[in-house]
Amino acid sequence: MVIVLNEGLSQISLIFIYAAMAFYTGAFLTFASHLSRLASEKKKVRTSATKLERAAIVVLAIGFAMHLVGVLLRGVAASRVPWANMYEFSITGALFVVMIYLVALKIKDVRLIATFVSGFVILILGAATSIFYVEVKSLMPALQSYWLVIHVTVAILATAFFNIAAALSIAYLLKTASWVQNSKRKVISNLRRVLDLFPSMETIERLAYRFNIIGFILWSFTLIAGAIWAERAWHRYWGWDTKEVWTFIIWTIYAGYLHANATRGWTGKRSAWLSVIGFLAILFNFTVVNLFFKGLHVYSGLK
Amino acid sequence: MVISSSRYDAEIARPEMSFSGWARWTWRQLTSMRTALILLLLLAIAAVPGSVFPQRSADPNGVTQYFDNYPDIAPALDAIQLFDVYTSSWFSAIYILLFISLIGCVVPRTGVHWKALRSIPPAAPKLFSRMPASISVQSSSKATGSKKNDFAELAEKLLRKQGYRVVRNGRAVSAERGYLRETGNLIFHFSLIGVLAAVGIGGGTSFSGQRVLVEGETFVNNLASYDSLSPGTFFNETMLRPFSVSLDKFEVDFDLKNRTNVGTPLDFRAFVSTRLSPDAEADRSVIRVNQPLEMPGANLYLTGNGYAPHITIRDADGNVTFAGANPFLPQDTSYTSLGVIKVPDVERQFGIIAFFYPTVDTLASGALTSIYPAPIDPLLTLNVYEGDLGLDKGVPQNVYALDTSTMKQVAGGKSGVKGLRLQLGQTADLPAGLGSVTFDSIKRFASLDVSYNPGGLWVLIFALLALAGVTTSLMVPRRRVWVRNTDEGFEVAALARGDDPVLEKIVVEVASELKQAAAPKKTRKK
Repeated sequence: MVIVLNEGLSQISLIFIYAAMAFYTGAFLTFASHLSRLASEKKKVRTSATKLERAAIVVLAIGFAMHLVGVLLRGVAASRVPWANMYEFSITGALFVVMIYLVALKIKDVRLIATFVSGFVILILGAATSIFYVEVKSLMPALQSYWLVIHVTVAILATAFFNIAAALSIAYLLKTASWVQNSKRKVISNLRRVLDLFPSMETIERLAYRFNIIGFILWSFTLIAGAIWAERAWHRYWGWDTKEVWTFIIWTIYAGYLHANATRGWTGKRSAWLSVIGFLAILFNFTVVNLFFKGLHVYSGLK
Repeated sequence: MVISSSRYDAEIARPEMSFSGWARWTWRQLTSMRTALILLLLLAIAAVPGSVFPQRSADPNGVTQYFDNYPDIAPALDAIQLFDVYTSSWFSAIYILLFISLIGCVVPRTGVHWKALRSIPPAAPKLFSRMPASISVQSSSKATGSKKNDFAELAEKLLRKQGYRVVRNGRAVSAERGYLRETGNLIFHFSLIGVLAAVGIGGGTSFSGQRVLVEGETFVNNLASYDSLSPGTFFNETMLRPFSVSLDKFEVDFDLKNRTNVGTPLDFRAFVSTRLSPDAEADRSVIRVNQPLEMPGANLYLTGNGYAPHITIRDADGNVTFAGANPFLPQDTSYTSLGVIKVPDVERQFGIIAFFYPTVDTLASGALTSIYPAPIDPLLTLNVYEGDLGLDKGVPQNVYALDTSTMKQVAGGKSGVKGLRLQLGQTADLPAGLGSVTFDSIKRFASLDVSYNPGGLWVLIFALLALAGVTTSLMVPRRRVWVRNTDEGFEVAALARGDDPVLEKIVVEVASELKQAAAPKKTRKK
């Protein structure tokens, strides 16, 4: 078996990822200044802000195009799917987040979380290029399976849906927090006014729910696909490997979230907290479990 | 017993809560959605320690190591089952309660749903405007002077065509759709019970065994041939169907071409011959990491590999006292490997701890290391220990370890005699007149896992059913729609049962489609 890795191409891929980060930073700053203008008491400033928002979305889309090229080139350089280690999983995952967010913008009013999403994507890419970066490598035999395509793609998709839901839930919690509602400090009362410009609490809650149920279905599929693959590669479909444990924990938290939405006294704030906790568990699963816990899913490629 | 029965009497003597009342109350609490929710969150929390502490099921060596590293706290942690979290009494308690709660919830709901499936949609509400989504439409029938449209009749046709269950009741029509939502929900929950049952029953009849095979060796499927075996509760020896597997050749591809990837394994291939009976023709197959070999009643998986240097040891008179290829365990990604050789059948017993370097290099400190996993420049180093090997006591011994506590080192380390170094084909004298050792050839070994889990297929079937169920229940909206003729035209109202993001849109759509359906009549009149 011979494999050809294209180092030069992976360097070009990295340049595109950096370019995407630059555009995302531009989008983030523009979204942020849009929000701060919305808080202004002058009507003229507020109307001019709409243009800023449109510009920011365009910049975000250009960043996405760069990002897409970067991810594709990485895959070509390695002649395989670009998600075999933490660096690649991060850049592909961030790409999915932006993609789903851009699609969602077309369908629903999710502008409220633009600053959060762009900021978070910059953080992921920053961590990917500085902490998780590894040079292009071949697939270890355990990963040489079509399940790598199915299982991991769906896992990334699920994560991206949960991510956007968590952003909406954070917005919801901010909107309903008593320290935001009752504060007399100018900064916070400005924040309150900005938050009031966006969809109602019920709409945000329902949107978060829509994203979370799609995430939950995809996550259930990830779990089942992972079990099928584990049966092929590791001779058992479930063995409480640390990664399996956390996949299970995350599934259970979101199952709890779904029940919370049908339980009196648990809708609203409590379910929003569960949505945030679920996503924190995903982040924990991806960072701490990958890097510090012993297990079979050791694919960071870091030493 | 008297005491407990008097206690019991005292309990039921309470006027406000009889025993049966108390039991009913407990049952209602247990099967409530809130309890299910809390049990789910508890289950999530209870699963966490299993990822923090090594588990006997997934990582038995880790547990041993933990006991060595933290001898003070390990027994205490063990007492509360932190090394067996997923079979612990507290973890089991949570999921058993959860499943009781689940059964107590879905069984009555099945009855309710069964009735709902065969009942007609409820009558229209008095005030449509009280519903979450409603619209009132003024028909232009008066303006055109045409006969008044019967919108209820039109709605009946329209909604039925759209898959609603419809009932006409005078001036109003009641319609309901999305019964699949609850059907999916119930299928999901029942399938989870199926998953749990299949895991439990399947686990009992399963087994998983390990066997290390050096090139040229044959594995015959019987109990004695396994290096280790973990059987399920209902396992018996007759479940091991007869077959044999010989490892003819083991091949590995390591990358030597790409700078960033040098030494990375690209592919492992175990070439095997299998026979279903001793005199049957051999079938040739290849086992790879993601490609197990299916044999009757068991699958064979490739889980590890390494080197097994073939060594011959002769005593001072030239008689062969040991000849064989013991598997050496890889210590790093460059396959620096550690092995043990025991020579018991001689006057003075001795053992060897050996290191094998496939491609040897010397570090600045003078220590040896392997820099590439394939045997480009192989070297074998031997430390020799003389003394009782302890093999005669009948206590089973680890073939990969040599207990040197009662032995005397005669070569290597601080013994004063240099450790032996052998290149491929070389022979060297052993110290203290123990004879000589020859490094004949390099063989490879494969670690095979022989597993059988008949429940796996059922787990998969129930898991897929659960996935289909939950997808249906989350994606199919359940809603009621009412249409009523009014003096000026008609009105439409809708009520969602559960989440329905398009409820308002539906009301508007139904209204406009009704208007359209009424329109052609008017054109005909012209």
